[in-house]
Amino acid sequence: MTVTVITGGTILDQSGRRDADVAVDNASGLIVGVGSGLDGDETLDASGCVVSPAFVDLDVHVREPGFEGAATALETSRGAALGGFGAIVAMPDTDPCADEAAVLTDVARRSGGGLAAIVPAAALTARRAGTGLAPLGELAEAGARIFTDGDRRITDGGIARRVLEYLRSVEDAAGVELVAAQPPLRPDLDGAGVMHEGMWSAGMGLPGAPSLAEELAVAELIGLSRITGAAIHIQQVSTAAAVAAIDAAKADGVRVTAEVSPHHLTLVDEAASGYDPNVKLRPPLRPAPDREALVDGLRRGVIDAVATRHAPWPADAKEQPFADAPFGALGLETAVASILTLTDLTIDEIVPALSWGPAAIAGLGADHGTPIVVDRPANLAVIDPAESWTVERASFGGHAANSPFLGRELTGRVRHTIHRGDAVVVNAKAVR
Amino acid sequence: MRHLLSIADLTGDDLEHLMRLTDQFAEVQKADVPKVPALRGKTIVMAFFEDSTRTRTSFDLAARRLSADVITFSAGSSAVKKGESLRDTVETISAMGVDAIVVRHAGSGVPRQITAWTDAAVVNAGDGWHQHPTQALLDAYTIRQRLGSLAGTRIAICGDINHSRVARSNIEAFTKLGAEVIIVGPQTLFPASLSGWPVKVEPDLDAVLGDLDVLYLLRIQQERLGAPVLPSLREYRARYGLTAARLDRLRDDALIMHPGPMNRGVEIDPHAADDPRAVIIDQVAAGVPVRMAVLYQLAGHGQFEADVVDAPATDGEGAR
Repeated sequence: MTVTVITGGTILDQSGRRDADVAVDNASGLIVGVGSGLDGDETLDASGCVVSPAFVDLDVHVREPGFEGAATALETSRGAALGGFGAIVAMPDTDPCADEAAVLTDVARRSGGGLAAIVPAAALTARRAGTGLAPLGELAEAGARIFTDGDRRITDGGIARRVLEYLRSVEDAAGVELVAAQPPLRPDLDGAGVMHEGMWSAGMGLPGAPSLAEELAVAELIGLSRITGAAIHIQQVSTAAAVAAIDAAKADGVRVTAEVSPHHLTLVDEAASGYDPNVKLRPPLRPAPDREALVDGLRRGVIDAVATRHAPWPADAKEQPFADAPFGALGLETAVASILTLTDLTIDEIVPALSWGPAAIAGLGADHGTPIVVDRPANLAVIDPAESWTVERASFGGHAANSPFLGRELTGRVRHTIHRGDAVVVNAKAVR
Repeated sequence: MRHLLSIADLTGDDLEHLMRLTDQFAEVQKADVPKVPALRGKTIVMAFFEDSTRTRTSFDLAARRLSADVITFSAGSSAVKKGESLRDTVETISAMGVDAIVVRHAGSGVPRQITAWTDAAVVNAGDGWHQHPTQALLDAYTIRQRLGSLAGTRIAICGDINHSRVARSNIEAFTKLGAEVIIVGPQTLFPASLSGWPVKVEPDLDAVLGDLDVLYLLRIQQERLGAPVLPSLREYRARYGLTAARLDRLRDDALIMHPGPMNRGVEIDPHAADDPRAVIIDQVAAGVPVRMAVLYQLAGHGQFEADVVDAPATDGEGAR
């Protein structure tokens, strides 16, 4: 048993800010002291830092099992810890796909070396094909709370409706909240689009995905939630129109939540002008007015969560023509730093959307995003909002380095991460 | 400037400079031995990931007339086979010690991406829908030869603008040289956003036909016909094809241009291509001296520099 005391920081949780040291115990995994003059075996300096509940990412491609060439569970969870995340929700697009309980259990078992909790999401439809139901009841019994086909939306409205009705019945029978998470995509309008359809795609000679696709997809998702009563979480919102529609739906009592990525909060479509495949995202980066609406939506709580859609790719996959390279970028390691550097959002404004906001959506509220008080789980992020650092290949949890921020200087850094009472990141270095 | 990637990277002065240099290489073309030692000892790679006989041949001839050693990689050859990453292919080519890489690729932006993986000068020979800068240079040069200057001219570019690297580079080159550019066609053949494009948009060819200095026709890909963008060959020809009736309405001193290969009977009626106002063969002829100028500028000196404009081309490497 080791008690670690985090000294000199400012606690930031649901009760706001207060200066206090925090003692954590790695045997019980609990906070054992909050205050001053705490005794412990080890000390971590947190002067100038904010000490918050560790973050929860609702949208991560863990890649294991099946795609270990891009990243292993250990590498992805190391990236999570480096970014201050204590829990990551694993998308089901592994191989095998998490559309049956045995796979879900297997993914959950790959603990990633204990650097962060890997929480598997389950598929909504069999093989994520969008045609037939996955065994939602069996998957819920195996512990799934978030159901999603990953990067795919069920685009057939009739099928989507039946799936959500069935999910609603499972939810009622199980007595726990279940959430259907879907991206705001419409393949008929997105077409072959590889970036936002607008001035930049026109000049760059690349097919674009119009904002209209997202606007219509969000309207459909909200309508489906309304008619079925199922909770829908809209992944990776990227447009002003989507933010406005979600705002109105929430005011109307619809069970809808939303996430935005750090990339969409910080970058615009122009970022693709050098044809860097690391800024190729789906939905794509949008123009400045959309980015501003996303920042505003997060500030006002219309958007509930920051979720990275962390997507490791081996170097050769991204060293291809822009149009041929796969979608997706790393997000965990740079999430808080990029937002603090490139938006006017304060750390007080983003911690709720990084921590207890997503924890509640994922049904993780008992273990993650909990207030920093004695006897609560010791999952903590210690963030120095003033430290400047340069993003390098070695800054990431694994060998993948497909980040739009590679080579960039950011201000704000996760100094330490505590997972179940263990210091898993110390002075911005992972312990394993 | 180390590379030629996009007309967007060039100023009007750069374009004028390259055309004056082209004048000099056009003189070389007329000599008994149309060859200068300007790039003797230099190696130029033709990396044609997408097939293009005419552009590759034109670059190849230009390089040889500058006495460069030429290596050609074409689509289907083992060096550019599928499966290898673009970076691996480029680094392999680059490792052989080359001075310039002429790149043709179906992917927009590939020449720019390649600059990160090689020390050689990169010349864009056409990338996806994005740019085809030497085509724009040879087109501008052809107009300049015929009309003296592009300044104040009225040029209509008609057809599939959205999928055309020729349109994107020509619009920029022509307007930087002082021309007014009108794009003609249905909305389905235009990019979704024309914000920032220095063009007028005209859906009706007949509305502008009688007052043009240049009518530039783009090739219509057969696969667009019947797709949601165009109903049929018959309708395209009726609305936008250069027919006999339209030939009559075109001014006597106007030029008819086409980047080739032509679809006779689609965007241009068979006999229209043989009209005295058509300069389509002149465009092809201008390709060699234009590409000599570009290769000389990039492989010979490592960059565009205005001060080489007066260097006698026939002196070749002795000029520096």
